[in-house]
Amino acid sequence: MNAQTQNFLEVRDVKTHFPVHQGLIFQKQVGAVRAVDGITLSMRQGEVLGLVGESGCGKSTLGRTIMQIIPPTFGSVMINGQVVSKLSAGDLKRARREFQMIFQDPYASLNPRMTVFDTLAEPLLFHGLATKSEVTEKVSELMREVGLAPRFMKKYPHEFSGGQRQRIAIARALALQPKLIIADEPVSALDVSIQSQILNLLVDLTKRRNLTMIFISHDLGVVKHISDRVAVMYLGKIVELAETKALFAHPRHPYTRALLSAVPLPDPDKEKARTRILLEGDPPSPMNPPQGCRFHPRCSYMKDACKASEPELESAAPGHEVACLRHQEI
Amino acid sequence: MTTSNTPLLKVDDLRTYFHTRNGVVKAVDGISFHVNRGETLGIVGESGSGKSVSSYTLMRLIPTPPGRIESGSAVFDGMDLLKMPEKDLRKVRGNRVTMIFQDPMTCLNPYLRVGEQLMEPLLIHKGLSRDDARKRAIRALEEVGIQGAASRVNHYPHEFSGGMRQRVMIAMALITEPELLIADEPTTALDVTVQAQILDLIKKLQREKGTAVVFITHDLGVISGMADRVLVMYAGRAVETGVTRDVFYHPQHPYTQALIDSIPASHAPGEELFTIKGLPPDVSKPLPGCAFSLRCLHAEEACRSTDARIHELSAGHGSSCLRVHQGSLKVITHRVAHASGQGAHA
Repeated sequence: MNAQTQNFLEVRDVKTHFPVHQGLIFQKQVGAVRAVDGITLSMRQGEVLGLVGESGCGKSTLGRTIMQIIPPTFGSVMINGQVVSKLSAGDLKRARREFQMIFQDPYASLNPRMTVFDTLAEPLLFHGLATKSEVTEKVSELMREVGLAPRFMKKYPHEFSGGQRQRIAIARALALQPKLIIADEPVSALDVSIQSQILNLLVDLTKRRNLTMIFISHDLGVVKHISDRVAVMYLGKIVELAETKALFAHPRHPYTRALLSAVPLPDPDKEKARTRILLEGDPPSPMNPPQGCRFHPRCSYMKDACKASEPELESAAPGHEVACLRHQEI
Repeated sequence: MTTSNTPLLKVDDLRTYFHTRNGVVKAVDGISFHVNRGETLGIVGESGSGKSVSSYTLMRLIPTPPGRIESGSAVFDGMDLLKMPEKDLRKVRGNRVTMIFQDPMTCLNPYLRVGEQLMEPLLIHKGLSRDDARKRAIRALEEVGIQGAASRVNHYPHEFSGGMRQRVMIAMALITEPELLIADEPTTALDVTVQAQILDLIKKLQREKGTAVVFITHDLGVISGMADRVLVMYAGRAVETGVTRDVFYHPQHPYTQALIDSIPASHAPGEELFTIKGLPPDVSKPLPGCAFSLRCLHAEEACRSTDARIHELSAGHGSSCLRVHQGSLKVITHRVAHASGQGAHA
């Protein structure tokens, strides 16, 4: 590991823009969807960072940008001392061993024509982590680690349930012994009873393997359960970043407050007693985000200064950063 | 007309089976419940538990074949919705009983302006003139919080965002001032902040108009805030029913307890979550005894052979668990166990 950097993951001012073209033949760029628009964050090794926000806020794009599935338009991503956003295609392939991804839909992310064995053996053989003779043993080991019986090795994805498929996807991500896992809504497609099994597995694996994980989800209950720290995104920017406990106990950004108050609690008495902060309208388009603070058109604390300048993340308390001009007053 | 103490809707022993090439899928297998005027009944269950099929059955929207309503009755204001002639049903469906579906994009006609779609039930059921219907449509959009309603009625569904479309669906479902509204996962496709707006809106309109609601969802959080009473379904059968507080705080069926204990909110952060072993059963195979017995930690021999039906334990609170009836099992949720554990230490 690089001795100079303490942080395992460094994301510096990353922007990911998707150009929007108009015209059939002479296509010209008429604008850009600013999905991720200037994000800086860092993570220690072994830490679990929850990334929350509503659909379209750029949380998945940020995950994919860190993975280098989508190259950033601007900025750099450094994983374990290596600037992965500058690597050549060949070097990136080799470096990918270190960081792997788990996707939302286990029905779409597994190749239907490959057996569990094929799916899990491929990365091991490609990266030379196992020889042909040892690969069966390694695959069995992986399957046991994620709670699947090795006797199902020759089965195809369609023969498994959603929860089991997600276990296969997790085993595939773990095959190369990565240090960083990006899990993009890994339990959103699953029923509650299955969701709890997968969450237990992920908590267990991150502890056992000292994995660094970015857990992307719109479900705040799940994020609260699994994360050490939480970053809240709104329209391509992080608006608040804090330790999980501090964020849920003392949310400082008006958007975080509204988001937390909107989460339904499975507790009838608490549900009745609480007051909701209802936001007006829908999030604006990331193609044309509002001037100044991006949240100002929906914010009840808005004043003129919020329209004029865009607030940067600043420290509100130790380890608690918030991007709001008025966070001290409210 | 009914007197005030008979329920608005009474469903008895409802069974809907699908006759497929691979056997008979017993999607709904003998459920009974009632809905009183102005109240909200929440139906919870995981995917495949039959909650949506039940609601489609009530509206007689089950594709036949392969589906067939095998038995049961659903008496709404003295009329059996399942047996009445199609001609009479059409006077009730979409008028006195309406429905909101999960996905507002596929349930609005993309070729018609939303105004036309809002006016249709008024023209058909209420015999309003086009002018009056149009005025009513604009008012309905205003009631669900759509700004600039007078011009928005001329827009097509694709010009609305997801939350706005769901508002249009709600406006459409409530425009005839129905006595019963069936909402099938109306907020599942929406973000939490938009979900909060929609739930708030349904509650407000229900208060103003006294509509009874059957609210179907898999989300225990949503149910706890919306429902007066709850029906818990598993594998096409009802396992527990009762007042929301009773079901959440004192569940009387191991499945309800397992469901509540599976959600992270019932635990301290990072603490191991409760899990239900195995998978939901295949409802096309015979399931003797209690459907949950295969996964239940407390199941005994008798559970796998004795038919499990809901029996009332206390006023309005029923469970289908055999062992709870016998008194040989006390269902305790993690939260209660935890709280009493702490009490012992203190």
